[in-house]
Amino acid sequence: MVAIADSVPKPASRFRFILDRRDVLGSIFVAPAILYVLLLVGVPFLMAVYYALSAYTIYDPSWKFVGLSNFEDILENPVFLQTLKNTFIFTFGSQALGLILGKFGALVLLRPFPGRKIVRALIILPWAVPIALATVAWQWMFDSLYSVINWTFIALGFVTREEAPNWLGSPDLALLSVTIVNAWRFFPFAIVIFLAGITAIPQDVLDAATVDGAGFWRRNYQIIMPMILPIMTIGLVFGIVFTFTDLSIVFLMTMGGPVGATSVLGFAGFQTGITSGDVSHGAAISLFMLPVLLIVVVFMLRFIRRREI
Amino acid sequence: MAAVSTRNIIKKFGEVPAVNGISLEVPNGEFMVLLGPSGCGKTTFLRIICGLEQQTSGDLLIGGDIVNELPPRARGVAMMFQSYGLYPHFTVRHNIAFPLKTQGVPRAEIDKKVEWASQLLGINHLLDRRPRQLSGGERQRVALARALVREPTALLLDEPLSNLDAKLRASARLEIKQFQQRVGVTTIYVTHDQVEAMGMGDRIAVIDHGIVRQVGTPTEIYDDPADRFVATFVGTPPMNIVARNGGYLGFRPENFLPKDMMDDEAFTEFKFRVDRSEYLGSERIVYGVMDGFDPKQVITAKLPPAHVDEASIRPGEWHPFAVRNSALRNFDKDGKRAGRH
Repeated sequence: MVAIADSVPKPASRFRFILDRRDVLGSIFVAPAILYVLLLVGVPFLMAVYYALSAYTIYDPSWKFVGLSNFEDILENPVFLQTLKNTFIFTFGSQALGLILGKFGALVLLRPFPGRKIVRALIILPWAVPIALATVAWQWMFDSLYSVINWTFIALGFVTREEAPNWLGSPDLALLSVTIVNAWRFFPFAIVIFLAGITAIPQDVLDAATVDGAGFWRRNYQIIMPMILPIMTIGLVFGIVFTFTDLSIVFLMTMGGPVGATSVLGFAGFQTGITSGDVSHGAAISLFMLPVLLIVVVFMLRFIRRREI
Repeated sequence: MAAVSTRNIIKKFGEVPAVNGISLEVPNGEFMVLLGPSGCGKTTFLRIICGLEQQTSGDLLIGGDIVNELPPRARGVAMMFQSYGLYPHFTVRHNIAFPLKTQGVPRAEIDKKVEWASQLLGINHLLDRRPRQLSGGERQRVALARALVREPTALLLDEPLSNLDAKLRASARLEIKQFQQRVGVTTIYVTHDQVEAMGMGDRIAVIDHGIVRQVGTPTEIYDDPADRFVATFVGTPPMNIVARNGGYLGFRPENFLPKDMMDDEAFTEFKFRVDRSEYLGSERIVYGVMDGFDPKQVITAKLPPAHVDEASIRPGEWHPFAVRNSALRNFDKDGKRAGRH
């Protein structure tokens, strides 16, 4: 008979199976994410809150507590009120335009046509191209002399050379221009959202609507749109949050000009707080986004939950 | 008058024919079942009738009028889909009312008709719920109510029972059939399930590879199959078919019995070696081979257990079996019924 080696009972270590415990392992896994949020989002946010309540500038880093006086200052400033208004126009204008383009693009891309795959790939470009590059291209398209848009209009006889619009030079047109560029940047995302939503609708439901007598419009607005509303709202929440806090397009195209006509909150906060060194007022401007975004997001998420089907 | 009639309908997807020339007459009030294996073209044919697909050639008549060019909404047919296609964001009431709203029916009349349809199907208490709050059987009734509410010339059903569990399916089968008889609506019902087809159809059209193999009452389909395909597609276990004299001989398993069970009627005797026997309670299925025929071909016999002497089917032995001559079916070398008109 072969003796099997006696098993020596090992002293059971309390820590040998510690990683088998869900609570321990789970905590280890989520720790990096929590640390990241705390250190790189939480701490700067709290600092911004304090800056906004202090008299801190880079010339006088005093940390002196001044209460809400920074907010009072900026609210009395007509330029800031203009900026606030611009931000809303910029955000909601470009989202609306992007959604319309997105819906239209998605409907086109749902139909089979030769080269559809290539077009589907190309349509993502505005979203994938670095914003700095794209903005330079748009800057030329809106240029007062070399605008390809104006040349086209002139060639088609819509306007004469003398009355061709100065896109980035006149206040209203400049705001329209940056809004258009942002919509252009957003619409591929909207297309993807719409495509995902529409292709997720069971074919049976669409066929049933057709047999039940719904034409193109009724099918679109009474069946498809309500059914993709939840996913559309999610896309819109993302779009609004990103646009409301965005400064890149304004910074690269107009620098907020002419005369503050295209200044938006992100840009104004950066300009005041970083470029001019008035950190406390810059922080106060930036914090203005918070309640607005909070209301928008909470409202929309509640809306989705109610609409859930 | 035929509610629906088709004349040589052909539908090709690219070069591939899905429907290969179907001519069918469905008289008013008939329950017609289109029976065939998956991919035989029966669903495509149904979609052509309701206008979701356009036929490549051939004429479609609904209520006596050619409707080839009419859009689905103008054809006066209603369709119920496999997964019902209920609108998830509408309440049941709104779902049922939708086909009326698209036709601009006045509000008061819509309310009355929704009331009528929901009463008919016993779903009045569900009217304010959403589809996701309903069970499978309830969803099916809602879909049926939605299809019927505008009183269509023909009701098209595409495998309506396939989403229900086996128990519910039996009761839903009965319900649909009773309901159809009560309302008297012309119905075209697509299925691959022969039990549904045999149990519900006034007539059955057996379809394979885009053509109709046979149209007839369930009895005709079962007793007088037009060809080998119909003979083997309908019936469980399927008809036994053996090669003989350059043609084929067919007989149903329940007609293949031990010789001592034969009565006075003329019969043909076969030597049968039993290999295996399955007792299923109400019946006994016996598998084996017949002497003088292909030794690899398995022949099945379906016997009533109560009347069978165990000794006459003992496995591993040769036993005398027989088929009444009236139950023998001859097919020619192409598989068509020989001597059938």
